[in-house]
Amino acid sequence: MRARNLIIGAALTAVFIALAVMSFFWTPYDIATLDIPGRLKTPGAAHLLGTDHFGRDILSMIMMGARTSIAVALVAVGIGMALGIPLGLLAAARHGSLLDEIIMRGNDLIFAFPSLVIAILITAVFGASAVNAIIAIGIFNVPVFARLTRSAALPLWERDFILAARVCGKSAARISVEHILPNIANLMIVQGTIQFSLGILAEAALSYIGLGAQPPTASWGRMLADAQTLVSIAPHVALIPGFAILLMVLGLNLLGDGLRDWLDPRLRVARV
Amino acid sequence: MHHFKRIIAATAIILCAPAAMAQDSITVAIQLEPPNLDPTSGAAQAIDSVLYANVFEGLTRFAADGAIVPALAERWAVSDDGLTYLFMLHDGVTFHDGTPMDAEDVKFSLDRARADDSTNAQKGLFAGISNVTVVDPLTVQITLDQPDGMFPFNMAWGDAVIVAPESIDNIASTPIGTGPFAFADWVQGDRIELVRNADYWGNPAALGSATFRFISDPTAAFAAVMAEDVDAFVGFPAPENLPQFQADPRFQVLIGNTEGETILAMNNQRPPFDNRLVRQAVAHAIDRQAIIDGAMFGLGTPIGTHFAPHHPDYLDMLGNSPHNPEKARALLAEAGFADGFTTTLKLPPPSYARRGGEIIASQLRAVGIQTEITNLEWAQWIEEVFTNKDFGLSIVSHTEPMDIGIYANPDYYFQYDNPSFQAVMTQLNATTDEGGRSALLKAAQRIIADDYVNGYLFELAVATVAKADIRGLWVNQPTAAVDLTAVRRAN
Repeated sequence: MRARNLIIGAALTAVFIALAVMSFFWTPYDIATLDIPGRLKTPGAAHLLGTDHFGRDILSMIMMGARTSIAVALVAVGIGMALGIPLGLLAAARHGSLLDEIIMRGNDLIFAFPSLVIAILITAVFGASAVNAIIAIGIFNVPVFARLTRSAALPLWERDFILAARVCGKSAARISVEHILPNIANLMIVQGTIQFSLGILAEAALSYIGLGAQPPTASWGRMLADAQTLVSIAPHVALIPGFAILLMVLGLNLLGDGLRDWLDPRLRVARV
Repeated sequence: MHHFKRIIAATAIILCAPAAMAQDSITVAIQLEPPNLDPTSGAAQAIDSVLYANVFEGLTRFAADGAIVPALAERWAVSDDGLTYLFMLHDGVTFHDGTPMDAEDVKFSLDRARADDSTNAQKGLFAGISNVTVVDPLTVQITLDQPDGMFPFNMAWGDAVIVAPESIDNIASTPIGTGPFAFADWVQGDRIELVRNADYWGNPAALGSATFRFISDPTAAFAAVMAEDVDAFVGFPAPENLPQFQADPRFQVLIGNTEGETILAMNNQRPPFDNRLVRQAVAHAIDRQAIIDGAMFGLGTPIGTHFAPHHPDYLDMLGNSPHNPEKARALLAEAGFADGFTTTLKLPPPSYARRGGEIIASQLRAVGIQTEITNLEWAQWIEEVFTNKDFGLSIVSHTEPMDIGIYANPDYYFQYDNPSFQAVMTQLNATTDEGGRSALLKAAQRIIADDYVNGYLFELAVATVAKADIRGLWVNQPTAAVDLTAVRRAN
């Protein structure tokens, strides 16, 4: 049962990552070239997923869009991890200090804002672009990882092996990196997968309202927005990017779920 | 039992009442909400869309076919030297607040519009006036600096409507005019309501009331019309949905001309667009038909210069810049940009700009010009492009009628500065005979087409979707207006 989630999730994710990687070398058609007379074709032999309102091949657009989505989400989650995990480790190491308070209340502050609204604000102020979308989504990943890291690290600090390390004279920083981090890595991988899927959704939402990657960069969210008025005459133009987002997010969530079960030490102990 | 009957009767009345009212009321949707309700100071087209001919009237007015016909002035006479206009006003005209409309109000309105501190968006219309005098309560004499054959045309604009000194202070929120409809209510962000003016001096409106609603999102517009939430949508924003309405017997689709020359504006003072060869290359890189088909789903007429093709003085300059990517590349090489260059393309919200922008970006890329597309809201566009002139390329439709004169203003946002063109415009303003004007207008069109000032794309079409029983809506848009004077229901 659990393995099935993991396999389906991993397979779906792998398909999209493969499409995105493939788009660097080959797409069925060049999406920079428009073919107005050949627009709104339904899926067929020449165009496997049909063409959009500019006559662009939708499969090629999906491949290029996968690249944009994955790149934005990956870097955004990377920002969240790179800043959030050290902050969380620091807060846990200095538990109860003023520094801990400042870090965690700062996290609360960011958490208090509706993330998408702030992302809209950031992209509206600094201009709509993929880079600003990455920054906006990334900022909101920081408190997620910081809080999770701290709460996972705190009980570890009470454990005997940490106590032993402290007695040996290791600094808090070394203990955090050498003992705490490896023990919470599983958790971070699972959370990273979930945040990755949220990042895909956020990128789609931002580009849907025109604040994500700008044309001619392909983006699933903008494909949806462009297709909106065409739903009644050419439904496939809207359905295909919609399904792409759905399947990618579903895949990542199943993967995250499966990974959590698979990596959970308690369950592993049970298996042994 | 007794109660029960009463309840049924009451319910019947309540249920029937909206149906009975619906017969002489109408809900019209337009895309944008007016920022204020003063057509004599605000530049927004939406102000005129709601108020022109409905609430406010001028001395003359645009008819549905674009002709200039009498409005508050029942007739006018021009002196032999062309310098003095005598406007004879209708008798018995009152404003909606009951005060009479007379020559004093005309003098007040014109003097206010041409005053130094006036914020009128089209001050140029009044620039030629040297003096306005009240001859008697129903006669106004207007003296011009020089003859101006366009003067009755100028007076037809929404910016030249007659307002009263008694009600001017609150005009931006409570507009009081002389038209067949009086302003009733404005729920900001939602609707503006007008009611029939029972004391109207001319033919009274057939409708008892009218509601304007504002829907800019194409998907919401489609849903509102399909669900029959609105009776008519003037300026329907999604041309791709029109075939569905055409196929549906519940609706009628009217497709008409506008005065909107849609152009790829080039910043004539910013390199490399200060080079005529580069501008010519851009003009040859553009495939107009692909833009009309791709962005407007076939609605629109290609233009080769800044002039409305349905105007008798239109000069067909399309042959000047046919789609020819090879020639465009050769011209770029000649201008020293053999490897192309990168510029900005700033796009306002309408689909002709957003979709057209993607198509043009692709066509320019084909000749080596890379564009960075930025999508802007209207307020940002006005600030960045129109006011600060911080752009390389932009796409916009110039919807003012007969607006070729903007090319004589070197400070206008595309910053075209050509003394010989300015001389033609000065000469045009001083010419009153038809033949002479026509020749000068054609000369002006030729100059800007030969200079490739902007990329001339197409004349914007306007689509109106209405319920099948609505009659009397304008098909064309000779000026931004939703004139409800003659609108009625067929049954």
